[in-house]
Amino acid sequence: MNTQLLVQSLIDETTQTSLSCFAPELALCATVVVLLLVRLFNLDRGVPTWMYAMVGAVVAGGLTCLQYLEIKHTQGDVFETFFTGLLVFDQFTVFFRLFLLLFLIFVIALTVLSGIPDNEDGPDFYTLLLGSTIGMMLMVSANHLLILFLGVEMTSVPSYVMVGFLKGRRTSSEAALKYVVYGAGAAGVMLYGISLLAGLLGTGTLLDPNGAPVLAERFDLLVAGQAATGISSPLMRIVVLGILFVMVGLAFKLSVVPFHFWCPDAFEGASAEVAGFLSVASKAAAFGLLVRFCLAFAGGEMEAIRELQLSMGIGLGVIAAITATFGNLAAYAQTNMKRLLAYSTIAHAGYMLMAIAALLVVLGDPGNSGGAGRQAVRCIEGLLYYLFVYLFMNLGAFAVVALIRNHIYSEEIDDYAGLARETPAACVCMLVCLFSLIGMPPFGGFFAKMMIFVSVFEAGAVHWSMWIVLVIAGVNTVFSLFYYMRVLQAMFLADRPDGRPSVELSFGSLPAGYLLTVCIPILLLGMSPLMSVISSAAQDVASVVIR
Amino acid sequence: MNTTALMTLIIFLPALGALFLAFCDRKAEDFLKIFSLIITFLTFLLTLQLYVQFDPEIGGMQMVSTRPWIGTWNINYQLGVDGISLPLVLLTSLISMLSMLASWNITKQLKGYLILFLLLETGMLGVFLSLDFFLFFVFWEVMLLPMYFLIGIWGGPRKEYAAIKFFLFTLTGGVLMLIAILMFYFFSGRSFDLLYLAKVGQGAVSGYSFPPVVQVTAFILLFIGFAIKLPAVPFHTWLPDAHVEAPTPISMILAGVLLKMGGYGIIRIAFPLCPYGAQQAAWWLVVIGVISIIYGAFAAMSQTDFKRLVAYSSVSHMGYVLIGLAIWKISEPAGAAGSPNSAYWHMGINGALFQMLAHGISSAGMFFIVGVIYDRVHHRDLNRFGGLSQSMPLYTGLAAGIFFAGLGLPGLCGFIGEAFVVINTWNYDPLMAVIAASGVILTAAYILWAIQRVFLGPEYLGPHADGIVPITPRETTIAGTLLFFAILLGICPFIMFDIMVPATEALVEALNQGYHRAQGVAAALLEKQVPSPL
Repeated sequence: MNTQLLVQSLIDETTQTSLSCFAPELALCATVVVLLLVRLFNLDRGVPTWMYAMVGAVVAGGLTCLQYLEIKHTQGDVFETFFTGLLVFDQFTVFFRLFLLLFLIFVIALTVLSGIPDNEDGPDFYTLLLGSTIGMMLMVSANHLLILFLGVEMTSVPSYVMVGFLKGRRTSSEAALKYVVYGAGAAGVMLYGISLLAGLLGTGTLLDPNGAPVLAERFDLLVAGQAATGISSPLMRIVVLGILFVMVGLAFKLSVVPFHFWCPDAFEGASAEVAGFLSVASKAAAFGLLVRFCLAFAGGEMEAIRELQLSMGIGLGVIAAITATFGNLAAYAQTNMKRLLAYSTIAHAGYMLMAIAALLVVLGDPGNSGGAGRQAVRCIEGLLYYLFVYLFMNLGAFAVVALIRNHIYSEEIDDYAGLARETPAACVCMLVCLFSLIGMPPFGGFFAKMMIFVSVFEAGAVHWSMWIVLVIAGVNTVFSLFYYMRVLQAMFLADRPDGRPSVELSFGSLPAGYLLTVCIPILLLGMSPLMSVISSAAQDVASVVIR
Repeated sequence: MNTTALMTLIIFLPALGALFLAFCDRKAEDFLKIFSLIITFLTFLLTLQLYVQFDPEIGGMQMVSTRPWIGTWNINYQLGVDGISLPLVLLTSLISMLSMLASWNITKQLKGYLILFLLLETGMLGVFLSLDFFLFFVFWEVMLLPMYFLIGIWGGPRKEYAAIKFFLFTLTGGVLMLIAILMFYFFSGRSFDLLYLAKVGQGAVSGYSFPPVVQVTAFILLFIGFAIKLPAVPFHTWLPDAHVEAPTPISMILAGVLLKMGGYGIIRIAFPLCPYGAQQAAWWLVVIGVISIIYGAFAAMSQTDFKRLVAYSSVSHMGYVLIGLAIWKISEPAGAAGSPNSAYWHMGINGALFQMLAHGISSAGMFFIVGVIYDRVHHRDLNRFGGLSQSMPLYTGLAAGIFFAGLGLPGLCGFIGEAFVVINTWNYDPLMAVIAASGVILTAAYILWAIQRVFLGPEYLGPHADGIVPITPRETTIAGTLLFFAILLGICPFIMFDIMVPATEALVEALNQGYHRAQGVAAALLEKQVPSPL
């Protein structure tokens, strides 16, 4: 193959498949460019800057919807790799793109309502927001270890700036600095892990254009000639180390114990809007990436890979249990609402990680080679449903914090005392979100949690340790009750002390309408026929990635 | 009337009312109250319609209607009613209506109160009518939320503590139940259908069964969940706090309906789904029941707070329910249904169910009686009462009637259930029967002593003596209705027994068979494990 032919095929691939697959990201990129030029030509005088961002997000969302419809009408599963196999396009990608863009639209709407950023800072802020979202969309469509790293970094760097966006505040700068230092450390470790894996296996590609797991095949080849293939054999040690290091980078994004330290500080320092964005979007993207990464090792023929998956699954299960417990216990002592929500985010990362742990354990089942697929699909289905509910409930909680902050200038729980009498709309919304976070029926959080519990229980049939994880998860639900209820207790049960600033947020106002829009899905996802639709959609998406 | 629509309407009419209230002006207090009362009254009428359409001849579940809800998870919207749940549905709607009428004095944040109240009623009715475990669990937990706020906002001085304690206990029970649900789901080939799960549990489905270990574990998990609600010692500690701090109407609902859910859960879910586990645990259940009776009675006797006394009496009375359900003695070979032992057990279950109804009426009445006097003199200290019979004669008469019903005086509702339970316990274990029967004496002691301290003696001159006014017509209606039902059930217990007996008979037979099947499995397992002699 000569150079000309190579270039020609590259151009063909790019123009014929890659660009159309990449359209939503391109729309966002174009918006970013426009936003950067806006101030140059004084365009922000006439039209508020958020309009540009919103239009960009909506266009990207529309393009993704088109892709979704196209997939819907295609027979069979859609699977395409594009940009020379660096990225992958399938239902899973589209689902996460839709998820991220929907969330982006919600966040932009929230920033408009809460007034952070002002029109002056708007272009900068929205550039960062959109840039970060592009990074997340790369993460969920990653098909190469390099893109894995690039996606994570592209998500993180704008996040650092956004955390420090409230320039005048000391806590904000401190938070951003902490976040950067942690992020840089984690990224370094992850890159090292990637280099170990790629060096050992001779490739960074996860799936080849036909959907065959390249990493797993290479791994098979690697182990085939070895006498000892246990976890403790030198070769396996390096592989495990590589995987572990990559996991460290992802664990940082997921704020999993012991890589969670940045999370409370960053959330406290950042504005509630940014914290809400980080808590949902970057977590969802990291979970999407984690699923892709974990499944890259599925489908190998050798026993060694099963063993590896099983022990990875158990390890993740233990970490998940510790994360959930730690998050819930640490949240108990918080007085600042954003810090409390940060720890709650950590706890929820723990719950969701349990689904991944169950997935790995099920895939690593030594006795079962045929029936694992269905159970594995259930694990991912649970995770996706959880993420979908989590979008609304966490965003709702942060939105209430942001909107109330604009009136009482405080994010301390004590200052919420008696707010229910002043602004029932916001408080009822907070109630719905927090109860859903606890996992109480009839809110969406319950069904999501139950789906994950079911998959963990089923994984327990493979290895007993998952039953212990399940029990810990159950106990955690009770733990979490205390601190969530403390917020509601302050809002609903306490009396409003005299002389506190009043909150005007009546039922008819625009912010209340926004909160209602966020809350209604939580209810619908917990007690309506919509649950059936969403869960079967999640099942479809999940069944695509399990081969 | 279409039964699906009827049951759906029964469950969701209060919720619709709550939704409507949310859009009303909070200042129109009279309208809000009357509207809510009408909603609860309509719900009561609908449950009466259910009673009319119910066929007491059929032992099994009837009017079963199933609609798919979450297809991929095999979760259905499945409702149905039988002789066990129908009386409780009637009780729920009756008590809800009466306690709505008792809520007339609520002034603080009235609109919120009424909305939560109606949501609570939806949850309660949903629990008794749902036949899908998932749906059941959803309704079960739905009750928690309104109850927390009803105690927490409108409660007494220690309301926050009481509310969170109630929440914590019930949520813990809920989580345990959830784990049991997962076990059933997994071992039944993915089903939440309570009827199907019961068949699996009783070994009547080929291909699926709950192994003995699962049955015992699941039964323990479920039992703790339900025992918290019941409440049985040692899971009862939330109850005195919640009852004392809750406003009067909510105490009535708590005692009248919520406690029944524990008993209902045991007989509807824990026993049928794990007959083997239930039989293994039966003796312990009886012991717990006896301890509850005696402990509750002694605790009630030592109280100086009138409401706390009534609260502990609930612990004591619900002990009979637990005993009645658990006196399941097995000594015959398989298939010997209709033998004396199962007949005794059958009557024990009937007694327990009747005791639930009787207690629902009498304890709701007692809490209301306490509430009436508390509204007037703003304290509940038994030692500072006395002589109310002179200033409030009608009230004293009604109160005495209701308290005697709680005491278990023959001719009133409390007697039937207790007598049935104690008589049939003799067959199970004479010692337990003796102890349980002696609980009746203790009950008589604390109730008579309380009546003496509150109503008899010289004229009341304690705090707020000038606040004492005769009982109002509204209050008379509530107390009178409860007393009427207490007498009616005491004289004509067959009204309810006619409904219950076919259902419990079918249940007893199914459980006996189910136990023998499960025991066969367990014996086979045991044989396998015994090492062959070398």
